[in-house]
Amino acid sequence: MSVAHSRLRYGITTAVAWSLAILVFFPIFWMMITAFKTEEQAYQLSVIFQPTLQSFREVFARSDYLSFAGNSIAISLGVTVLSLLLAIPAAYSMAFFPGPRTQKILLWMMSTKMMPSVGVLLPVYLLWKNSGLLDTVSGLIIIYTLINLPIAVWMAFTYFCEVPKEILEAARIDGANTWQEIIHLLLPMSLPGLASTGLLLLILSWNEAFWSINLSSSHAAPLTVFIASYSSPEGLFWAKLSAASLLAVAPIMVLGWLAQKQLVRGLTFGAVK
Amino acid sequence: MNSPTREAVPAVESGQPHVADTAGSARKSVWAQRWLLSPAVLSLLLWSVVPLLMTIYFSVTRYNLLSPDESGFVGLDNYRFLWSDPSFLPSIFNTLLLTGAVLLISVVGGVLLAVLFDQEFFGRGIARLLVIAPFFVMPTVSALIWKNMLLHPVYGLLAAAMHALGLQPIDWLGQYPMFSIIMIVSWQWLPFAFLILLTAIQSLDPEQKEAAQIDGAGPFSMFFYIVLPHLKRAIGVVVMIETIFLLSIFAEIYTTTAGGPGTATTTLSFLIYSMGLQQFDVGMASTGGILAVVLANIVSVFLVRMLASNLKGENEQ
Repeated sequence: MSVAHSRLRYGITTAVAWSLAILVFFPIFWMMITAFKTEEQAYQLSVIFQPTLQSFREVFARSDYLSFAGNSIAISLGVTVLSLLLAIPAAYSMAFFPGPRTQKILLWMMSTKMMPSVGVLLPVYLLWKNSGLLDTVSGLIIIYTLINLPIAVWMAFTYFCEVPKEILEAARIDGANTWQEIIHLLLPMSLPGLASTGLLLLILSWNEAFWSINLSSSHAAPLTVFIASYSSPEGLFWAKLSAASLLAVAPIMVLGWLAQKQLVRGLTFGAVK
Repeated sequence: MNSPTREAVPAVESGQPHVADTAGSARKSVWAQRWLLSPAVLSLLLWSVVPLLMTIYFSVTRYNLLSPDESGFVGLDNYRFLWSDPSFLPSIFNTLLLTGAVLLISVVGGVLLAVLFDQEFFGRGIARLLVIAPFFVMPTVSALIWKNMLLHPVYGLLAAAMHALGLQPIDWLGQYPMFSIIMIVSWQWLPFAFLILLTAIQSLDPEQKEAAQIDGAGPFSMFFYIVLPHLKRAIGVVVMIETIFLLSIFAEIYTTTAGGPGTATTTLSFLIYSMGLQQFDVGMASTGGILAVVLANIVSVFLVRMLASNLKGENEQ
């Protein structure tokens, strides 16, 4: 292959790939620039304008944005911590003390994800209503944890399987008990893996929108519900919709970008690394 | 990422059983195992059994929150009513259409994009970030940005573009509602397929590619005989995971069309939501819920069979 040929090929690939990337990213780009416009400028569809923070100020001033954002943060962190607390011991026992049923238990856990949420919408709604969990942060934390627990266990399990067993055995022979073994050896050794498990849980619970719409209205509503309230006719205030959306999306997008490789592993239950 | 795994359940096999030093520590470790597993297993057991049993129970009862005095066992009446409900069959059709169309678009598009992004080009890392970005946008945001800013028949960007080209703007969500929903949902899920498939494609052994090139394989035979077989497992995983999520798409429809116009975008999820939490008919909504579970199981059995035979073929190589 000649140099000219390979240069041409490089150029064409660059042009095609970048055009497609820009096309895919365009709606987000459009939201980003509209967020810095005034409402009048937003309808002029121009990309040349004087950027302003007016819409952000109005989002903060006119709605209780901070309470929605606070709920999103509390829910995501709560789910992450609770899921890891349940998943780490389970994954530890399956990775280092596998029994004849370990594989079956793992597959069964994954199969619980096959159940469509809507199949249990009514019982959950009524149970939550009767036990005072409806429209509470803890009510949403419980349900998100149950949904995401299989992913957390699987991810932690695949990371624990990469930890050399000899090190843990040596510690056990030296008289370390299970908790010492987990806290002083296993957790530090698998910290990067557990961090990405936590990151995936954070992203999934931040963006979850079925249970949040159905189980919360005002008190515990996270950002997904807040944005849904722009459905109409407020949705035509483009600049404010964009500003609110940008604030809701930006932090999680940055985290997602940072963790993209680990996400692949988590989202495919370790089948693609 | 560097080491391609080929087992059906990759990590399980590597978890070799422990050789216990003494009978005592063996007994102790079995105890530790049961004890540490129990919180996770118990909560998932409760989660997978209790609500489902309640749904089954509600589905054979008359139970409307608005008329609490009318209640009791009604046998299969709810199932009969649901069957004769004019929005029921369209909702099944819409659910399958949405799932199938988005799967097709995201897998085919994802494979093509992954092949493209497997080539060297200027700024590849940044371009890749741009392509995967929509996957991290929460469903309500993507639905509203598309509905209000891009697809709006009067003010939307597409309408403006069509005006500029001298064409009549289209009322996307009004005239082509299902097509629009498919477009929005594909925009969210194509990046997911792309991310998984690109990771898988990059684990392809470069020596294998070189060997094929030396043997004179052109780009097409390279794609069909080397790349595609290598991607089989990853495609299977993408299909499986997307199916789980796509069968219960809800927020995108809730914020854009609310199932309309008519029943044009009413999926099973939305139908159940509207029966249960808008009309407060717990019995009928639960009946719909049971059918959603049955549908998901039919689809997943079908999928698992298909994938299992694919994976089996791959493992024998």
